[in-house]
Amino acid sequence: MTHSVIELPVNADDRRIARLAALAIGLTLAEAAIPSPLPGVKPGFANIVVLLVLLQHGWRAAVWVSGLRVLAGALLFGTLFAPGFWLSAAGAVVSLVVLALARHLPSRHFGPVSLSVLAAFGHIGGQVALAGLWLLPGTALLKLLPVFAAAALIFGAVNGVIVARMLAAPASVGRQSAPCTPP
Amino acid sequence: MLLRAGDVGVLFAGAGLVVALTLYAWSGGRGDRVVIRAAGQVVKTASLSQPQTFSVDGPLGTTQIEIEPGRARVARDPSPRQLCVKQGWLTQSGQAALCLPNQVSLEIRGRTTAYDTLGY
Repeated sequence: MTHSVIELPVNADDRRIARLAALAIGLTLAEAAIPSPLPGVKPGFANIVVLLVLLQHGWRAAVWVSGLRVLAGALLFGTLFAPGFWLSAAGAVVSLVVLALARHLPSRHFGPVSLSVLAAFGHIGGQVALAGLWLLPGTALLKLLPVFAAAALIFGAVNGVIVARMLAAPASVGRQSAPCTPP
Repeated sequence: MLLRAGDVGVLFAGAGLVVALTLYAWSGGRGDRVVIRAAGQVVKTASLSQPQTFSVDGPLGTTQIEIEPGRARVARDPSPRQLCVKQGWLTQSGQAALCLPNQVSLEIRGRTTAYDTLGY
């Protein structure tokens, strides 16, 4: 009987993505403890991590972190493949598509705040679109659209300012994105 | 630099979107037509776009209905308690003023109605 070993090589990028995804998952879990007057209105602090990853390591890494965040977050909440998971996934997909387009805006004029606000609108847009098509067809959601949009604008701007401040503090960011040494 | 020129533009565009959505979603209840009935029969359907007045005859006398852009009311009615006159201006789709003694009613219709039917 042959003893076979399957080895999956792990490089520094994988470790970094895993670590940043863990950070995003932690923020997702922490903000679930914040009471919200309306399901779907959340600060979205995990998007701070996604935005930092996008600006420092590119769009592919941001897709990985965002995808892992949605998947592992749902595993931890026990809502995998439940409606909430699909809403979250739809929001993440639309917001990543928006970011893929928006990151080509000239960075001289458009900073992290723009990206964050646009991503927040993408997030809520994806969720509301899926909810409207699948979960609550009809006009019920229409009345809540202004509330969702206002929340996206406010939290998107706040998260964007946080990202801008983190990027402006090079010491902490440098430490955060340093390659992880394998044990 | 926390905010660059484009960021301010994006924030204003976002605020504009919020305002536009608010106007779109929360003004859908406004009516744009008025239906006037006498003794249960529709005698007049008019748009709420221009000011005009109608007189409808009932068993007690003449009910006068006044229409202004976006709103309508019963201006004068021979009913003893004047309930439909005291209701004042109606603007929202689904609102109605009933002058029961004179058998005249005024109902606002719009893009969306809040109720399928109302029983009194």
